[in-house]
Amino acid sequence: MRTRTPILVSAGLVTAIALTGCGQAGQGDTTTADGRTQLTMWTHSAGNPAELEVYEQIITDFNTSQDDYEVVHESFPQGAYNDAIVAAAASGDLPCLLDLDGPIMPNWAWAGYLQPLGLPTEITDALLPTAVGVWDDEIYSAGYWDAALSIFARKSVLDANGIRIPTVEEPWTQDEFAEVLATLKSAGYETPIDIGAEDKGEWWPYAYSPFLQSFGGDLIDRSTMLSSDGALNGPDAVAWGEWFQGLFTDGYANNSGTIGNQEFIDDEVALSYTGVWNAVTALDEVGDDLLILPPPDLGNGPKIGGGSWQWAISSSCNDADGARAYLEFSFQDKYLTEFADKQVVIPATDAAAEASKYFGEDGALRPFVEFSQQYAVLRPETPAYAVISTTFETAAKDIMNGADVQQTLDQAVSEIDANIESNDGYGFQ
Amino acid sequence: MTVTPPTVAAEEPRRASRRFRSIKGRETWAGFGMIAPAGILLVLFLIVPVILAFALSFTNARLISPNPPRFVGFDNFIRAFTADPVFLQSVGNTAVFALVVVPLQAGLGLLLAVLVNRRMRGITAFRVIFFIPVVTSIVVVSILWKFMYQKDGLINSMIDALTFGAWQGVDWLNDPNTALGAIIVLSIWQAVGFHMIIWLAGLQTIPEELYEAAKMDGASPWRQFTSVTWPGLRPTMVFVLVTITIAALGLFVQISVMTQGGPVNSTSTIVFHAVRKGYAQQEIGYAAAISLIFFVAVLAIALIQRRLTREKD
Repeated sequence: MRTRTPILVSAGLVTAIALTGCGQAGQGDTTTADGRTQLTMWTHSAGNPAELEVYEQIITDFNTSQDDYEVVHESFPQGAYNDAIVAAAASGDLPCLLDLDGPIMPNWAWAGYLQPLGLPTEITDALLPTAVGVWDDEIYSAGYWDAALSIFARKSVLDANGIRIPTVEEPWTQDEFAEVLATLKSAGYETPIDIGAEDKGEWWPYAYSPFLQSFGGDLIDRSTMLSSDGALNGPDAVAWGEWFQGLFTDGYANNSGTIGNQEFIDDEVALSYTGVWNAVTALDEVGDDLLILPPPDLGNGPKIGGGSWQWAISSSCNDADGARAYLEFSFQDKYLTEFADKQVVIPATDAAAEASKYFGEDGALRPFVEFSQQYAVLRPETPAYAVISTTFETAAKDIMNGADVQQTLDQAVSEIDANIESNDGYGFQ
Repeated sequence: MTVTPPTVAAEEPRRASRRFRSIKGRETWAGFGMIAPAGILLVLFLIVPVILAFALSFTNARLISPNPPRFVGFDNFIRAFTADPVFLQSVGNTAVFALVVVPLQAGLGLLLAVLVNRRMRGITAFRVIFFIPVVTSIVVVSILWKFMYQKDGLINSMIDALTFGAWQGVDWLNDPNTALGAIIVLSIWQAVGFHMIIWLAGLQTIPEELYEAAKMDGASPWRQFTSVTWPGLRPTMVFVLVTITIAALGLFVQISVMTQGGPVNSTSTIVFHAVRKGYAQQEIGYAAAISLIFFVAVLAIALIQRRLTREKD
């Protein structure tokens, strides 16, 4: 046995090398039987039939519109998507076209996974600013839509409790919001508001860091992108933490229940802080009684998260021209409208919004367009976002569970800063 | 497992005839051929990763980064023990989990095994019932229990009904004082059936004659257990203890599904912390260092257990 071990080890290594050598298909260097170049495309849309349907439509239309390229798509479930991308990148197996969640883009662009998009400016200029991903002064990603959050309520419930209906001009102030919650709790709602705290992952920074920004804090000092000190643990941030903790300790919100908007539909909660994607179901169930309200102004105006899923071209794509041709083709307004109406998200161009049955001038979901234009704050555009996101999630959950606010935020800051430092500032000087 | 290798009578060295050697040679190759599939997989997915982890843990390697990794010496290890309170808490949580789960699960498994180790009608049904959680995916089990542990979930409703409303129960997974306990209960429930089967196999190796002899001597059932059953289960006990310990120290899935280490890190474990650092925060070098610490600790504990439970001649 002893003398034979090298044979086994070398056999293992040979196998390892053999395994890594496979599969470079679809990066723009495979051709089909009829002489087209194959372009692979990955989406995170498995399990989202409405979204997939539109993609399949676009791909079919594109493939039949010309005969140089053939786009082949694969869908992944959202939960495993980022891991699949990172694993594929590590093994040099990225597809030509991939969609990605807006805030992760700088991390991947910095890591060299992506190449600048290079779309004609007339396409990108027409998009909502939050639907375009910029890193290092280059556009790396662009999306067909943005999402927005709002507070859903029933008009009948607010009227019955004598609560003022807030408007974009005059949203609820912090004090008013506290009163609203107290009133609704005494009106018999065990938890008056569902803020989705039972969810996990990117939802946390997406949904709750805007509250922090409304208080005047932030996830990172955006002027330098080198430190979170002062932004995430200063007096404003601590005020946010105390407020956020209070929502739970006062029994206004909790983190049990189901992910989504079911509690509001069942009238178990009076208010629901949730996304545009749940709006059509709510419309169907609640009808004309449904109010789509701006989030409260906690000192610095209402804020909501901006930036949703967008498209990018991988740096390992050998036929970026083909990938660009597909993307150019796909940014037609008719497709944007279709995404908006099937998936219930805000179309990224005005023209597409006008044509949409939900988001047009008189559309039932028009308020979301206004919120998106007026309140949206992008999550910090830095490669450090991957760490900021998970650290913020942990800190916010600890605060929710009663941890000391200042201490928790200080710990979060030191973790983020240590990470930025060990990455030599991620290229920021 | 203490398996004493079968003692082969030492072959007398003879004048090696060619035929004999060639058979020997062929047998050797056949042997290598047979271990090759397992051997290659082990090398690929165990040995190579361990060596890689060892190498990575002395660098500041990132999961994704355009910058090449630098050698940082023992920085990662120093950081783990001095600048990472969550790591230390994870070590504590993992230790508590193992210290509670190992004796409880081993004891409960043995109790169940003794209960179902008799010949009567329908006993197979009980064995199946106890074993069902083992073959259910731990992810599914965790999701189900997560619902049961909710504030208005099944468990609290049951407590409420049993105490006629005197005690409402708590929000099990959201209270730092109860979260780890809740996960311990579900983990034991899920895995105890497996060790019941192992104990059962051990019980069935004890010859029936010994019990008959004990009964002739007028031994009570308890005396039969302490003098016949328990000594006969010794090798099984070693196996059960070591496997539960290793599994308990590697607690990950339940945490990942149910609490993500919360509330306030009260359920963070070493493996979970390593995964969070390595993948979510992309610090592969640091995560490799944590994994290496974990590997050494588990190895040490397993060796100590082997030593304490070895056959004393």
